[in-house]
Amino acid sequence: MITLALFVVLAATAIVAGALVFRVDSMARATFLLLLSFLAVAGLVLMTGLQYLGVVIVLMMVIEMVVMAVFMIMYMMNPAGLMTMTMFHNTRGAVAIAATVFVALAAGALVVDWPVRGGVPAPDLTMALGESLMSGQMLTMMTLGVTLFATIVGSVVLATGRGRYDRLGDDLGAAESDDRDRGGVGR
Amino acid sequence: MNLQAYLVVAAALVSVGLFGALTQQSIVMLMMGLELLLNGVILGAAAFWYFLAPAGTEGQVLIVIVVTAMAIEMAAGFAVTTAIYRAKRIDMTDDAAELRG
Repeated sequence: MITLALFVVLAATAIVAGALVFRVDSMARATFLLLLSFLAVAGLVLMTGLQYLGVVIVLMMVIEMVVMAVFMIMYMMNPAGLMTMTMFHNTRGAVAIAATVFVALAAGALVVDWPVRGGVPAPDLTMALGESLMSGQMLTMMTLGVTLFATIVGSVVLATGRGRYDRLGDDLGAAESDDRDRGGVGR
Repeated sequence: MNLQAYLVVAAALVSVGLFGALTQQSIVMLMMGLELLLNGVILGAAAFWYFLAPAGTEGQVLIVIVVTAMAIEMAAGFAVTTAIYRAKRIDMTDDAAELRG
């Protein structure tokens, strides 16, 4: 009974907060509503017994949303909801697409004859996940690691305004660096 | 509470996220829609793991992958936003239409 009530509260929080993200005027409020939605989902994940992953989701999303709030301030259209404006385009088409997707997914979830539960969870789920990532799923883990590293390199390259190739030429051989302001240590 | 209940909630999150990603003009808000969509995927993966195959760890690994994908999406998305803003002072999806077919 308590489990059911908890499920309903968390599920409603996740969906309502998620929907409100696109309704509120302020982008700062939108960020924290999204965080609320993530925390509710983390709660639902915790309810399935995945303590480690649930806590990872909580920690990661709190940090991610705080970082997002910084970018919000950099790029926001509507600071603190002071400037009322519409931020939507093609609302009608998107509603139709999203509703169709929901109906299709929900129908799939309800109609499909799911198999019965096979096996029991390992006694220590975190240990089981760690052993899996370090043995059978090692390739997954390595791919994730390389992808994350590529992301670091890619995002630094994209976000850099003027790199060393702009300053020193394509072969990095310029005698003097082409800087907007003279001075500095040069090369 | 059963698999179906979890999956319907996950479907609702995916749909709301999809709606946001399709409608928002601000690039940052668009990314919030994508995050919400992936949020639904996490819930679905957890439900599949718990209700169908709790003995294996594949469901947990899938959650790890999705969480990583969210981090990558955020980092790469904001890097692209920064690059396009620096080059053209664009922060709206409607203005960034060079690749329109």
